[in-house]
Amino acid sequence: MRIPLSWIREFAAIPNSLTPEEIGEAIVKVGFEVEDIEHQGSEISGPLVIGRVLKIEEITEFKKPIRWVELDCAEPTTRFVICGASNFSIGDLVVVALPGAVLPGGFAISQRETYGKVSNGMICSSRELGLNEDHSGILVLPTQSTSPGADALELLEIQDVVFDVAVNPDRGYALSVRGMAREVAASLGVAFADPVHSINLDGFVSTGKGVVPKIGDPKGVSVIYVRTLGNFDPKAHTPLWMRRRIEKCGMRSISLAVDVTNYVMLELGQPLHAFDRSQIEGSLHIRRAGKTKNFTTLDGQERTLSGEDLLVADDARALALAGTMGGANSEVNESTTSLAIEAARFDPICIAKNARRHKLSTEASRRFERGVDPSLAEYASARAAALLIAHGGATHVDSQHDGEPKYSPIVDLDPHFIASLTGADISLAQVREKLTLVGCDVEEISESLWRIDPPSWRSDLLAPADLVEEVARMVGYDAIPSLLPPHPVSPGLTNFQRRLRILAQLLADKGLVEVQNYPFVSGSIMKEMGYLGDRAKAFRIVNPMSEDAPLLRTHLIPGLVETAARNISRGARDFGLFEIGTIFRNTSSLSSIDNPPTDARPSQKILDQIYAGVPDQPIHVGGVLIGNAHSDDWRGKGRAYDWNDAIEFAESILQACNLTWTIARSDFAPWHPGRCAELLVDGKIISHAGELHPRVVAFFGLPARSCAFVVNLSAIPDHDVLRAPSVGTMPVAVQDIALIVDEKVTSAEIVEALKSGAGELLESVTLFDRYDKLGEGKISLAYTLTFRAPDRTLTGAEISQVREAAVEAARIKFGAIIRSA
Amino acid sequence: MVSEQTLLQWVDDAVAAISSATDLDELKNARLAHTGDKSPIAQASRSLGSAPAEERARLGKLIGDARASVTAALDERREILEAQRDERVLLEEVVDVTLPSSRTHQGALHPITILKNEICDFFIAQGYGVADGPELEAEWLNFDALNMHADHPARTMQDTFFVEPLEARLVLRTHTSPVQIRTMLENQPPIYVICPGRTFRADELDATHTPVFAQVEGLVIDRGITMANLKGTLDLFAREMFGDEAITRLRPSFFPFTEPSAEVDVFFNGRWIEWGGCGMVNPKVLAACGIDSSIYSGFAFGMGLERTLIVRHGITDMRDIVEGDIRFSRTFGLGL
Repeated sequence: MRIPLSWIREFAAIPNSLTPEEIGEAIVKVGFEVEDIEHQGSEISGPLVIGRVLKIEEITEFKKPIRWVELDCAEPTTRFVICGASNFSIGDLVVVALPGAVLPGGFAISQRETYGKVSNGMICSSRELGLNEDHSGILVLPTQSTSPGADALELLEIQDVVFDVAVNPDRGYALSVRGMAREVAASLGVAFADPVHSINLDGFVSTGKGVVPKIGDPKGVSVIYVRTLGNFDPKAHTPLWMRRRIEKCGMRSISLAVDVTNYVMLELGQPLHAFDRSQIEGSLHIRRAGKTKNFTTLDGQERTLSGEDLLVADDARALALAGTMGGANSEVNESTTSLAIEAARFDPICIAKNARRHKLSTEASRRFERGVDPSLAEYASARAAALLIAHGGATHVDSQHDGEPKYSPIVDLDPHFIASLTGADISLAQVREKLTLVGCDVEEISESLWRIDPPSWRSDLLAPADLVEEVARMVGYDAIPSLLPPHPVSPGLTNFQRRLRILAQLLADKGLVEVQNYPFVSGSIMKEMGYLGDRAKAFRIVNPMSEDAPLLRTHLIPGLVETAARNISRGARDFGLFEIGTIFRNTSSLSSIDNPPTDARPSQKILDQIYAGVPDQPIHVGGVLIGNAHSDDWRGKGRAYDWNDAIEFAESILQACNLTWTIARSDFAPWHPGRCAELLVDGKIISHAGELHPRVVAFFGLPARSCAFVVNLSAIPDHDVLRAPSVGTMPVAVQDIALIVDEKVTSAEIVEALKSGAGELLESVTLFDRYDKLGEGKISLAYTLTFRAPDRTLTGAEISQVREAAVEAARIKFGAIIRSA
Repeated sequence: MVSEQTLLQWVDDAVAAISSATDLDELKNARLAHTGDKSPIAQASRSLGSAPAEERARLGKLIGDARASVTAALDERREILEAQRDERVLLEEVVDVTLPSSRTHQGALHPITILKNEICDFFIAQGYGVADGPELEAEWLNFDALNMHADHPARTMQDTFFVEPLEARLVLRTHTSPVQIRTMLENQPPIYVICPGRTFRADELDATHTPVFAQVEGLVIDRGITMANLKGTLDLFAREMFGDEAITRLRPSFFPFTEPSAEVDVFFNGRWIEWGGCGMVNPKVLAACGIDSSIYSGFAFGMGLERTLIVRHGITDMRDIVEGDIRFSRTFGLGL
């Protein structure tokens, strides 16, 4: 909210010695954000005076019309100035900058010759005076508002400081000069005069001659006042001081009736509405829209109503969207002479819903949503009526109300709780003082029981913790010491957390760069990937950032290839990326239960249902390998990443987790159906790795034969405590063999066969050559077999025997035959 | 027969030849000339047999001494010449050690990961555990249990991502606070835990906003926990993040799940920076989790990791953290 310092000073006795910045700090200290301190008119200096237009000579020989104006500025002689605007006539009061004056932007006014005349000053527009952005013409003041020669700087309160303050949603009362002045006064420790105390209710009596409010929906409104006024002069002008204050608060001056309601709202925080009384048929009802379908608000928008909308209506039709915006049908206009001023305490949630349903956040709705002081309906309506009587010639016809203000309940407080929760040295006397300062009535029942009656404007003070905050912020948060809590024993990272950390380091060590992609993906990319089964079952976001990517990722590859493509478009050529992240699959049936109340822990059964309603979200690690593994450099050509590298990355992850796995070929999307491996742990597939499908590679514009891997980290089992092996010290026997097998036989299958045939003496098998040029669908696989016994040196005979047993097993299972040299 | 005089002369000649050898070849020639079969000393050895018996022992010793002197001179010279040769030859093998060495790529962790690890290590050292939870979360855990009732403004679609069907009541968590709730629901105090993780709010990506961001929240529930403890913890945390000079400031604020609530500012590089939010856990939240607020109190705080990185490392555009450009992450390497 924008609040001028001059207005705050009316209620808070702020010493003149304080700078605006010091006052701003005082506002921050008690819990508001000062977003800006605007020094209005600081670069303007006089003389600026009021002048009356005596004569206008139109000069037409130039490109634009020019006026030669004679002004009465209450000087010995009249003054002549040149003016380019034409929105004024003889007799009007205008603001004249005399030679010597300086306007915003260092614009110095001097006597000068122009358009063949001597101009002795300048008639100013609102913008030239720094009042607002209006530059459509010069500023014309109401004829009775002042007289020639008056000091315009003072009259228009041009020089002022405006604080732009952000108010948290629990402090609706502070969206008013009353509320903010109270806070400033409390923060600075100076006197505060509540403007409500000077509102006189005398004479606002019920006569039965005016509009009668009727609460038809007690949930939506607790109290409503309607004051009917007659004899209103629709031509009456808003007094300058009122107009200036409204403008400084960032609103526009419209007409006296509207300005008065806005002025009182700004001053006290109670939104009001002025109806043209002649348009009200019967009583004023507060009710839900129900069957009322359409309504045109005064911004000219035709709105389709929800049955739940809270309305102000007469006997026949809707007149206002309650607490949000009035209607075009009962708006005050140039011929309105009879007014009905309505002030109500609407329910915050009802108004929030009104505003949200119609995307209509107004000055009124913002205040009602945050809670308006229920006592204000009576006072604010009286204040508005009094202003209309004083400045619009109106007379009081009738005052009526329905309902009663509802106040917050009394809070029982153990005053020691303040010190015990803050940890600050705050005495009971201070507690009493600060609670009183914010407007609470404090009744001391006993040493440990105080009854706190919160002020009418603080509907947020409902529990002892709320009172702690009030005392603490008034004492100042900087009075709270800095002490560490007890130091418990940490459980440290969980095994899973440790694994994630180490695996990320491992992959980074191996040259991959970690990325963290958004989990949003498009339907077309899902399709391009060729996902089937679980990975085609994506959650859809109801309100996505972009309609292009409304799905939650079911796999890490889409984000990785997109980020790879982005890097390529920025000039990167050879690189690898990895991501560790959550994936989402809409594969379980989603149970849904009503949200339970929160006054106590829900039963375990309910909680279990809530937990069960949240789908499993496994953590995967995925990577893409682009271009060369070893870059071309001064030593020669590099080496391209290939399918084998992708598998190595996947295996290195399983290796790091001390798992054993088996490997088999797979045709899983989005990989190349002939160049993809699946890795199985305990018979469960937990990883895929290999070359990406050429179609996917082409779609994303990646280099040919780009590769990828994914490991489902959530599926990796925890292993038992590792058992140390006995490290054999006997010599090894190394034997090389070459086997000819059918090309469809995999190396993994042969290795398994060799192992099963050789038995325990076989320590390791390493493929050292693969030859696929034999023809006739045959290949040669050459292995180094390493044998070792734990307790003896193997004899030549023993070695031959296990070697032959190994080969024999490969022969029986896969028809492998020894390749002779 | 050779005289002693002659032997000494031979030794002198041999040593002179050896000393004047300038390379190993010359030394070899000198060795052959002065100790080879035809050398005077070899001839003297051979003639020893014909020497008179009474002279033989003395002569033998003289010859042996002479040979030893020459051998010593040879060894000494060889060592010198070999060292000189090695020095010369190895120098000829000189390489340009500034040539690029690595053929593999430089890997890197994401700076958010580095920061997260740093924060986890810090809080583990303070006695905390680290809790994780799902990113797609039950609405009740993300909002209701945190005293954000059904009509709370944050629950509108402008701020929160909902997934279909709406009846499933699932949201992309808007903070990691539901992890705090899960922790409180399933554990009895004392609770000392941090919850780092990804969170989601419907903001457009620009230089200062991202719809997907990372947070770390902290939660302590114990007997006698005060705002002073919150302040002490934040002070220590701020110094860990921003250096020993960092100081914090609490400003009164509002969050539904804390009362009193505060904004945490940190003074860094000469100005106050908004860092996060905090407060004493609202008794309503404790009640929803089945924790007796007449026995226990607690504090909670939350900071954005992106914001922390931006402030600490002078990052000027949020998109750099988000877009996965390898040049950006490589700057941070492994964060050592």
